[in-house]
Amino acid sequence: MTDPARDELARAVREHAGRLAAVLVRLIGDFATAEDLVQDAVLTALQRWPVEGVPDRPDAWLFTVARNRGLDLLRREGNHRAKLAQLQWPVRTEPDDRLRLIVTCCHPALPRAAQVALTLRVVCGLTTAQIARAFLVPESTVAQRITRAKRKIADAAIPYRLPADEDLTSRIGEVRTVIYLLLNEGYLATADHAHSHRLVEDAAWLAALLHELVPDDPETAGLLALVRLHRARTGARFTSEGRIVVLADQDRSQWDQTAIAEATALLARAAGRRAPGPYQLQAAIVACHAEAADWASTDWEQIVLLYDMLLHLAPSPVVRLHRGIALRYTKGPRAALAEVDTIADDLEGHHLLHATRAELLRALGDARAAEAADERALALTANPAERTLLQERLHWT
Amino acid sequence: MKYVLMFVETEQYAAELEAMAPDDRDRAYALVGRWMDEHADKIREHRKLMPAHTATTVRLDRATPVVTDGPFVEGKEVVSGFVEVDVADLDEALGMARSWPGCPTVEIRPLES
Repeated sequence: MTDPARDELARAVREHAGRLAAVLVRLIGDFATAEDLVQDAVLTALQRWPVEGVPDRPDAWLFTVARNRGLDLLRREGNHRAKLAQLQWPVRTEPDDRLRLIVTCCHPALPRAAQVALTLRVVCGLTTAQIARAFLVPESTVAQRITRAKRKIADAAIPYRLPADEDLTSRIGEVRTVIYLLLNEGYLATADHAHSHRLVEDAAWLAALLHELVPDDPETAGLLALVRLHRARTGARFTSEGRIVVLADQDRSQWDQTAIAEATALLARAAGRRAPGPYQLQAAIVACHAEAADWASTDWEQIVLLYDMLLHLAPSPVVRLHRGIALRYTKGPRAALAEVDTIADDLEGHHLLHATRAELLRALGDARAAEAADERALALTANPAERTLLQERLHWT
Repeated sequence: MKYVLMFVETEQYAAELEAMAPDDRDRAYALVGRWMDEHADKIREHRKLMPAHTATTVRLDRATPVVTDGPFVEGKEVVSGFVEVDVADLDEALGMARSWPGCPTVEIRPLES
């Protein structure tokens, strides 16, 4: 199958599978059963649509397959079967159905890896095999995570309902974390690693869905803006051989200026609510880069200020590291190195710490220490594109 | 749905409680008492265990049973008490656990029906 056809298929599944799951869980009242039926329907679609073409009404098609399969499978479970038998197309969707589904998949009583796998499978309609390929883990690992998660949902009585308002805020925070993880995981993919590339698409789609479900939530708008700003630069981030092009060297004419303008407008609307948060701030930082005509005109003072705010709201060594990187352009490499060295112990196992130290040491003329830091960075990254980048730098110097 | 909320104490928590002025300790106990009252309609049973130094463990996985002093997990965290609750679902049990004013960790386990 060609790439566009595969993307079209993925889009159709993503658009409809989650909706169907949301309806079925509500009607059958059993998360695991509903999820199985949808997954079966998705697998059938993936076999037949490439041959027969995507049907005119993919939603009705998936519904019919899931319902018939359910009536067949549930012969012995009278209760579920009776509910399913009463179902007729078109089913009525309730606006809260998908929000309920997504906060259930990201329930804090489930381990993070299971939240990610469940969300991709149930909300985005990915198959277990697709998730495994995207995360470079064995299919059996993903299958086990999903089975355990579904068992816990049933056995520990994790409810399928929207929590009260005060809890809903923190539950939506869990969903944002999952989407952010997908973005991170997909972000560093190389051009030839098509499955990770899709994770960014899934993150973008999920962020848009969540924003549609809770339009007044500024942090969700901030996350959506963040995903879109990253995606707007995708075309310039890799060479045709799949090598990373660092920000300073990217061809900015390849950036999607329309997408950047839309994302910054979205971010400005969110900021108008005067409830800043980590996602809005991160998006604002990326927006500073996206709006700069070239590397030299980057507003580093503003970026350092945004990192200060981010450190205040969500202090972490990684944020401090990034602040250190920005500090190089406002206060120089010596000040930046001093900042970075304050978190050297915390981030000893983090390749970006060593890669950054290498750059700063090189700028300060300490070639030997720079090379040692680069080697340490290289030993710590598994991402092929990053390895290539670091390897090249070792060879140049 | 029935759950047990197991209250888990750390050495540090026990030491802090020990070091409190009597008035402060009374206040801490009063908070726990108020929590019990607030959730009285959901609590079926509540028990406080004697401290960990009173524990004895019997291991039956060898040729003859082995009796040792102390709790079964050697560590800084020990179960110090529990309540059995009857609530709608895990979210309701989580809500109770979140407002628990005592020791620093609570484990929630559903009871087999």
